[in-house]
Amino acid sequence: MKLLLTLLLLCLALPLAAQEPRLDDPLLEERARSLQREIRCVVCQNESIDSSQAGIARDLRRLVRERLVAGDSDEEIRDFLVARYGDYVLFRPPVRSDTWILWFGPALVLLAGAAGIAIAVVRRRRNPQGAPAALKPEEEAQLEELLGKESGESS
Amino acid sequence: MLKRLLFILPLVIFAVGAAFLYWGLNPERDPSAIPSVLIDEAAPEFSLDSIRGSDLPGLSSADLGGGEVALVNIFASWCLPCRAEHPIFMGLAEEDRVKIYGINYKDAPEDALAWLEELGNPYAAIGADEEGRTGIEWGISGVPETFIVDQEGTIRYRHVGPIHPVDLEKRILPILERLE
Repeated sequence: MKLLLTLLLLCLALPLAAQEPRLDDPLLEERARSLQREIRCVVCQNESIDSSQAGIARDLRRLVRERLVAGDSDEEIRDFLVARYGDYVLFRPPVRSDTWILWFGPALVLLAGAAGIAIAVVRRRRNPQGAPAALKPEEEAQLEELLGKESGESS
Repeated sequence: MLKRLLFILPLVIFAVGAAFLYWGLNPERDPSAIPSVLIDEAAPEFSLDSIRGSDLPGLSSADLGGGEVALVNIFASWCLPCRAEHPIFMGLAEEDRVKIYGINYKDAPEDALAWLEELGNPYAAIGADEEGRTGIEWGISGVPETFIVDQEGTIRYRHVGPIHPVDLEKRILPILERLE
């Protein structure tokens, strides 16, 4: 039982196995981790290189760290990778004219939907078709009769 | 009139959605394929020594684009698909159709040499990329990958994964013919 528990706990620690030795400067280490989290692993495509165990992801982590230590800015490192692997390596695509649909499309759809609902509500207020029409006299009489019958039966 | 347009709207939305799904279900489409940014770009700068202990020349970017079309194949002895595509390169080398260069990716020199000894060597020169840095320069996601570099040193084609005989016929050879 104890062994099983130990093994389970060790499994929890597995993601840590995908880490490089920490950099001495905690600030650089922090930058390295945040860069690693936004760079996509090109083999296991829905993982970042931060969590991937693939060989190429490890190489890219090392590369990121080496460049940070060499004094590159985050932007320079991103540009370096984009030049080789394309925008695809970035989990957060750049805002450019050809990515506007991607960035603003969902907001546009939401706005269009909100506008549609607003128009429908205003129309309904102005013209309450939904409200039931008043009863005709004969219907009124019928209702009266039915209600009377019911109260008569119960008493 | 406007009201009528509104009635058609759901149909239009459906048609657009259906077209998108139809495109997505196309069996020719590989959703995991990453478009290469290196196509029509100059081959990356690199300089690699030969595999330690071999008498073959090493490989550097200076070897590419000297008026000759070249295939650059990134391979490793530990990579099984590389073994599968190897006879294709042997065949091309025998026909002497195109210059074939190799980049030996993250391999132990003795393993690489034993592999070439066993399967034959189609490469005019091999650079040993022990650290995998040159692989990153080429933007590879794994091995094998093969690039066609034209006379000016511009990358014209990238093949991810092993080259099947069908790929050779339908993709590689037509491009080589066009470049020649």
